[in-house]
This record gives sequence, structure tokens and C-alpha cells, in this order.
Amino acid sequence: MNESIISIRNLTMAYGDNVIQRDLTFDIQRGDIFVIMGGSGCGKSTLLRHMIGLQAPSAGSVLFGSEDFWAASAEEQDRLKRRFGVLFQAGALWSSLTLAENIAFPMEEFTRLPADAIRDIVATKLALVGLAGFEHYYPSEISGGMKKRAALARAMALNPDILFFDEPSAGLDPLSSRRLDELILQLRDSLGATIVLVTHELPSIFAVANNSVFLDAESKTMIATGDPKHLALHGPDGVRSFLSRGEPS
Amino acid sequence: MIANPDKAHVDFTRQDTLLRVHCTGAWNWSAPHPAMPEEPLWAGLSGVRLEATETTEEDGALLAWLLKFCRVAAERNLAIDTGGLAEGTQKLLALALAVPPRTDHPTDASPGFFASLGGIALRLWSDLPLALAFTGEITQAFGRLLTGKARLRRRDLMWLIEANGPRALPISSLISFLVGTILAYMGAVQLAQFGAQIYIADLVAIGMVREIGALMTGIILAGRTGAAYAAQIGTMQVNEEIDALRTLGISPIDTLVLPRLLALVMMVPLLTLYAGVVGIGAGMLIATTVFGVGIREYLHETVLALSWTHILIGMFKGTVYGALVAFSGCWRGMQCGRSAQAVGEATTSAVVTSILLITVSASVLTILFQRLGW
Repeated sequence: MNESIISIRNLTMAYGDNVIQRDLTFDIQRGDIFVIMGGSGCGKSTLLRHMIGLQAPSAGSVLFGSEDFWAASAEEQDRLKRRFGVLFQAGALWSSLTLAENIAFPMEEFTRLPADAIRDIVATKLALVGLAGFEHYYPSEISGGMKKRAALARAMALNPDILFFDEPSAGLDPLSSRRLDELILQLRDSLGATIVLVTHELPSIFAVANNSVFLDAESKTMIATGDPKHLALHGPDGVRSFLSRGEPS
Repeated sequence: MIANPDKAHVDFTRQDTLLRVHCTGAWNWSAPHPAMPEEPLWAGLSGVRLEATETTEEDGALLAWLLKFCRVAAERNLAIDTGGLAEGTQKLLALALAVPPRTDHPTDASPGFFASLGGIALRLWSDLPLALAFTGEITQAFGRLLTGKARLRRRDLMWLIEANGPRALPISSLISFLVGTILAYMGAVQLAQFGAQIYIADLVAIGMVREIGALMTGIILAGRTGAAYAAQIGTMQVNEEIDALRTLGISPIDTLVLPRLLALVMMVPLLTLYAGVVGIGAGMLIATTVFGVGIREYLHETVLALSWTHILIGMFKGTVYGALVAFSGCWRGMQCGRSAQAVGEATTSAVVTSILLITVSASVLTILFQRLGW
């Protein structure tokens, strides 16, 4: 089971001359629920954008298994991208398509499934996220939490082995947020997916994560990596106070 | 020593190197506030003590004054003792003073006339390679479409065709009719001096079909479709919808730009032709009702005046303008930043770019066709 599915090697991220984070090196194992943590503005979402192929690093590499994403050809990159699904912060559902069309789109592009099979798959995915019967709604007609769940259904459309979540609980009420945590755990257990989360929601971090990296905005690099429950007790000072909301333990 | 209980007042008293600042009276934003102490009073101080008694305030005016005072005192490295203030005020002040103000303000100094002129020139210059790169991407996408590697979603294309073809007919009718009327009137006033009203037909037919129909269609589409394209794609950029496409390995050029470009290029020759027909109709109405030309004469003259060359040149120009409008709209949309403000700028910029490109290409094409003798 000790097999790295994603390896980050000496990654440096920058916008022009403005370095966000330097020298990040960590591994994500198959079946991990991995959290990228850190204070606001430390570059968590930027790191995610590097991992999902939206932004090229200034130095270092992102490896999926043994394949270096940013050194690969465009076709190779497209093939690697199909191995993962992404849930964006506000869902990013295509607003001109209905929920069913949103979920069907990746399948229509990349598989040769017949239309009625796609229809059944769409219904199943929607049911899994608690949105059965919402096929013909447009994203503008449903609430923010429902959009996120629909986007999750879309991210799962191609049965990816890695799922990336950008602040999944942002804007959700505590109950919906907990339901999402449970869904994440189920996805890992039933589909064997590896899950990478960007979040600073402490209850979620402790409820789901078994591994993490902590980015520091001051020193512009990672200051800890490991199980957050362990870091909360034995990590460096900055990490311990972050994980206890600055309250003395 | 309370001068007037209705007025905000501050007493400054020095005790050795300590300055006692005593606030009294009613503080609110509508009344003038006491001035900061003069320079001599600050000299040789080591600390300040803030006190307030018998003050009334409803709207935070006292707190604002105290905060301003503390900032001045802090600049002079004086010890600040807030012990003489009400407990609530002390806490709020401590909260406000906890983080020192940021000093490196973003530079918002507006550049001078020549500097901003230079800025515009540099921006236009740097746009050029970007426009070429975008043209290259579209060409590649077109290549993928022709070799069957990219697929056009038929439903998207049909929707775009409907939105930008038939639905532009009402506004196109109105504008073409009015332009036809203007053309007929202006020509007729001159031609009537020689009793040559019948040539209104030539003027309107050639003018509308060869030049103005295409130009007006281009400008209508710039405002209608170019703006819509930029706003649609720009908003998708803001909502991360384009990122969502990219992370699936789907090119946004294939799925968003290509259908928009094709829809407009397919529709614009027809719209140009339609504008010409409506313009001729308007000219005929004016010539027959106002200037006494017979309907049959007018039609006959129109048919004589028009040639396939005029019609094809008009449609060609319209197609060029339509392609430029779709290009500008999609390009500015794809360049859009990630805020509502940026979508507005992208839309404006799309319309301006479209009109600029239409005008330049109209001049070039007109001269070109004249030189070629077509």
C-alpha cells in the first residue's frame, strides 16, 4: 500500500518575480486523504493549481506515479488529467448546461458510451450526492451547497483515481459540511480514490485527513508534513497553534 | 473646566514629560473636532495619558479622534496610557492599535498625460503578439476540427447561430432601413438639381450592397455579439468554468471559441445581404413617395446597377467584419481577469477592438478592391 501516487519534488511557485512558495517536497500515497493547510494567502490554492495542471511551476516537478506532469507532452498531460477530477471552490459548473449535461459532458468527450448508459450514470452520480431528480435544473437555479455537490458528481464522472477539492466546505453550513466530509470518506473507502483537499476547516481536517502538508506564508515554504492529528500534538509551534486556533492546549 | 458641555473639547496639560489629554463634551461627526496639539507641546515628552470624563458619543467620533491621536503619539515613540478612558473605549482602542498600519500603499498616483499616452501605445504594441498567438491557437483548433480530432457540439452551434443570426434581424432591419433612407435623401437632394432622381436607385443599391450594409452589420454585431461573447467567456473565466474545462484536458478554444467564430461567420453574409435588401427597400420608398420616381423604373435601375461583383464584395466584407468581431469578443473574453470589474473591461475592450479592426479593414478592403478594378 506504500506507493506514492503523487510526488512533489523541489517545487517552487512564483508569479513573475514574486515567489509564493519554494522547495516543496512531499508524497501522497494511494488511498490518502491529504490536506494542504496554511494561513490565508500562503499559496494553498496556487499549489493546487500546479497539481491540476493549470499553472506551470518555476522550478521542480509534479509527478503522477513516475510521470513528470510538466515535462510531458500535451497529449500525455491530457491523458494524466483524465486520471483526476477537480471540485472547484464555487463548483464551476458550466452555466449554459443543465446538471445532467454538465455531468455527461466529460463522458461524451472521452468515452464511447451510448446515450442511455450515460443517462443512467448521470442519474447514479446525482443520487450519490443527494441530488436525484435534479437532472434538468440549471446551475443558476440551485443553491450554493447543491452546486458544490453537483460539481462533485461531475468530478466523479470519469471515475478518477484522484480527486482534488478546493475549499470544499467554504460557504456550507456545518451540517452540509459534515455530510460532505462523510461523502469524502465514503469515496475513499468505496472507490479507493486518493483525495487531496485544500482547506482550513479544522473539524474537516481532523475528521477526514490522514496526511497533510503545512505551508507557511512567512518563510515561504512548508514547515511540516504528516498526520494532522499527530502535528496538533507534536508539530512545530506555528502548526500546533494553527491546529488549535491559537488556544493554549 | 468644561467650556460647553454640548461641544467636543480636549484639554492638553503637561506634567513634566507626560502629556495629559482630557476629553469632554458631546462627540459626534456633525460637529467640528478639536485640532491635534501644536508642535511645541510635543517637544521633550516621554508619554501621554488619555482621559475622558462626561463625554457623550453615539457614533464613534471620539474613538476616531483618539485613534488619530495615538497614531501621532506612536510615531513619536511615546508611551500611551489609556487608563483614564472608559473600559469599552480602552478595549476598542487596543483592538484598533494592535496591528500597525501598512505603510507601503499601492501607488495610485495617476500618471501624466504623456505617460498614459505611452502606456496606451505600449499596451497596443504588446497586444500584437498576443493577438497573433490567439490566431495561431484558433488555426490549430480549426485544424483539429478538420482532421476529426476535435468535435463541435451541434447543440451549442445551433444555439449560437440562432442567438446571433435570426435574433439580430429586428435591430438590423431598423438600422438598414434608416441608413437606406438617409442615403436616398442625401443623394436625391443633389441628383434632383440635374433632374437625375432615377440614379437614387444606383446610389442606394451599390452603396448599401457593396459597402454600407456590411459595415452596419459589422458594427451592430460588434455591439451585440462581440460584447456578448466577451461577457460570456469572461464570466466563465471568473467562475473557473474554463479551468474546469482545462483540467479535463478539453481545449476552451475548441469548445468555446470555435463554435462562436463559425456561428458568426456563417450568419454574417446572410445578415449583410438582408441589410442590403432592406436598404434598397427604404431607398425605393423614399424615391417613389417623395421624389416621384416610378416603382418599376426604380427596380429596373436597381437591377441594372447591381452586379454579382458588388453582391459578392459586400458579402465578403461582411464576413471579414464578422470574423473580426467574433475574434475580438472571444479573445478579450479569454484574456479576462478574475473579477466582475474585469468582465466589464473585457466587454468594453471587445467592442472597441471590434470597431477598430472593422474600420481599419474597411479602409484597406475598399482601397484594395478599387485598385483591383472590381
